[in-house]
Amino acid sequence: MQELFQQLANGIAWGSIYALIALGYTMVYGILRLINFAHGDVYMVGAFAAYYLALATGAGGAAASLPMALLVLLGSMLVCALVGMLIEFLAYRPVRRSSRLTALITAIGVSLFLENVGLRVFGADPKFFPQLIPPKRITLAGGIMVTNHQITVVVVSILLMVALTLFIQRTKTGKAMRAVAFHRDAASLMGIPVNRIITITFAIGSALAAAAGVLVGLTNPKIEPLMGIMPGIKAFVAAVLGGIGSIPGAVIGGLVMGVSEYLVVGYVSSTYRDAIAFVILILVLLIRPAGLLGRNVAEKV
Amino acid sequence: MIRSLRPLSLAALLVAAIALMAGCAKQSNEIVIGEYGSLTGTTATFGISSKNGIELYLDNLNAAGGIGGTKVKVIVEDDQSKPEEAATAVNKLVDQDGVIAVLGEVASSRSMAAAPICQQSGVPMISPSSTNPKVTEIGDYIFRVCFIDPFQGQMIAKFAKEKLGLTKAAVFRDIKNDYSVGLASYFTDAYHALGGTIVADAAYSEGDQDFKAQLTVIKSKKPQVLIVPGYYTEVGLIARQAREMGLDVPMVGGDGWVSDKLIEIGQDALNGCYHVNHYWEEDPNPAIQKFVTEYKSRYNAKPDGLAALAYDAAGVLTSALDRLRTEDPAAFKALLGPRNDAQKSARAKLRDRIASTKDYPGVTGRITLDAARNAVKPAVFVGIKNGKYEFVAAVEP
Repeated sequence: MQELFQQLANGIAWGSIYALIALGYTMVYGILRLINFAHGDVYMVGAFAAYYLALATGAGGAAASLPMALLVLLGSMLVCALVGMLIEFLAYRPVRRSSRLTALITAIGVSLFLENVGLRVFGADPKFFPQLIPPKRITLAGGIMVTNHQITVVVVSILLMVALTLFIQRTKTGKAMRAVAFHRDAASLMGIPVNRIITITFAIGSALAAAAGVLVGLTNPKIEPLMGIMPGIKAFVAAVLGGIGSIPGAVIGGLVMGVSEYLVVGYVSSTYRDAIAFVILILVLLIRPAGLLGRNVAEKV
Repeated sequence: MIRSLRPLSLAALLVAAIALMAGCAKQSNEIVIGEYGSLTGTTATFGISSKNGIELYLDNLNAAGGIGGTKVKVIVEDDQSKPEEAATAVNKLVDQDGVIAVLGEVASSRSMAAAPICQQSGVPMISPSSTNPKVTEIGDYIFRVCFIDPFQGQMIAKFAKEKLGLTKAAVFRDIKNDYSVGLASYFTDAYHALGGTIVADAAYSEGDQDFKAQLTVIKSKKPQVLIVPGYYTEVGLIARQAREMGLDVPMVGGDGWVSDKLIEIGQDALNGCYHVNHYWEEDPNPAIQKFVTEYKSRYNAKPDGLAALAYDAAGVLTSALDRLRTEDPAAFKALLGPRNDAQKSARAKLRDRIASTKDYPGVTGRITLDAARNAVKPAVFVGIKNGKYEFVAAVEP
């Protein structure tokens, strides 16, 4: 029993990272109806931005402290917000009025571009993420062991998700985002600056992916230019599972993905670690295509 | 007018290209050998160490006049730590560069991907450090200068059971890696034979980042020792996560741990762990110390076991070339010539000379190749204490 709870605890920490990435997918989809396949690679860029920031500021070694770790996290989120805005401006804006297929292919192109630029700039060798916070072991009730890193991951994820929800529900920009998601042309007619809202959406989504990248670097300190492919796909499945376009759905989807991955590796076989994501995807598409919290929208013909 | 010139200029280009290719095929004044290795990717230090070892040996040799006045040139290809790229790299070396022999790889999966190409083209290949037995079983042109995994597995079993006195082991193997799967099985058999029990047998895949799910299961089986026959990147991460999970038993592994990155990745988590190596760099033997000093001054790094084996692989190859030169000068000359039947039969003669290697004095011990084209030689156990290596034992085969 203790073993099961241990797996669940680890799965939740791992799932929080998927949830953060899934939020970016779901936000962009909600507004543009675009699956931004480059999102997983933005997560990679986030991890590398934090890596170089930590090296430059010494946050990984002598000067390691909580404020420095926070600085690295925010710095990397800022870098990725800019990267996200740039991607939107250069790659997606020119094809926004084209068919959705064009945008999808463009997204795949951006993804491959980022991966190969990463290989060129950062090199194919894995890098070892500096230790922003020294690891510590914490025993919870029932003998479950977690690390302060895992707790940080969960806490930071929850904070970011709450902040995002408040932003979308309570601010004027958030309201505008919801309006654009609801009907872009109508929102535009009401005087909402659609372009700016889309840019903001990309910035926020990419910043969340960067946060996920930093958190992964903290718990699993190996980063490489192709690290975004699998988590990107799994977070996409998480977003579909939760109901793409739905923010609480993305969080639930991410947690389900993380936990099911741990259970499959722990009790079935480690070779099915990646397969489980696709089994879930197929089941969702067969049983509840709109996802757990998604709404069925009739296609207008 | 311009349009009508086009076919003509194309034809001229073609003629020029053919002339150039013919130019390449003429008698050269150096022996060209190939090397493929993982200069980048998850096992980058394997390839870099091997490249440095080979480069050091050949530069010394060439500075001393080469093989009877003929210099040896090596063409290096990167396989990015991927088996499919290893096959591409060796195809290029054999078909385009026309090398007469190939050195590589460290990882058994990659050696096994490339070896069939060498075997089919009749180009001798010497793997410095692939320990899976299947590598040299591919054919009679494939050699190695290191020990093989049945020996290594048995040694790890003996070490865990007798030296450490631990009777309950957990095995954590890399399921995507021929070396790891093989070594884990050889260990398991030997450990059973010695009366030990395997309480858990879990698997991961090369490139994984997270091992906590498997480690949770392993921990619940309460092993006394964790055997991880994998490569250094994953081993370092596994050690860290095992300690984070409260699994504090010693870890023992094979020569896949050999890398100066290992401790950088695993840090304190590796204290009290042991692994197999091919030599001990602080061995007072003057030949070893000469190699270590030269290597350090040139690359500003310690030569690991894989660098030493690559150095010896280059030595075994060139000593075979030297014997060919004295015993059969015509064949040696054909190796310098174009890729024709004469060269093919010269390569077959070179193969015979490599196969008859006996008592070659390498830095990793005396190398004698047996009928299965494997080297029979001792291995070394090293331990990690406070982030530093220490010598534990040398084991004779």
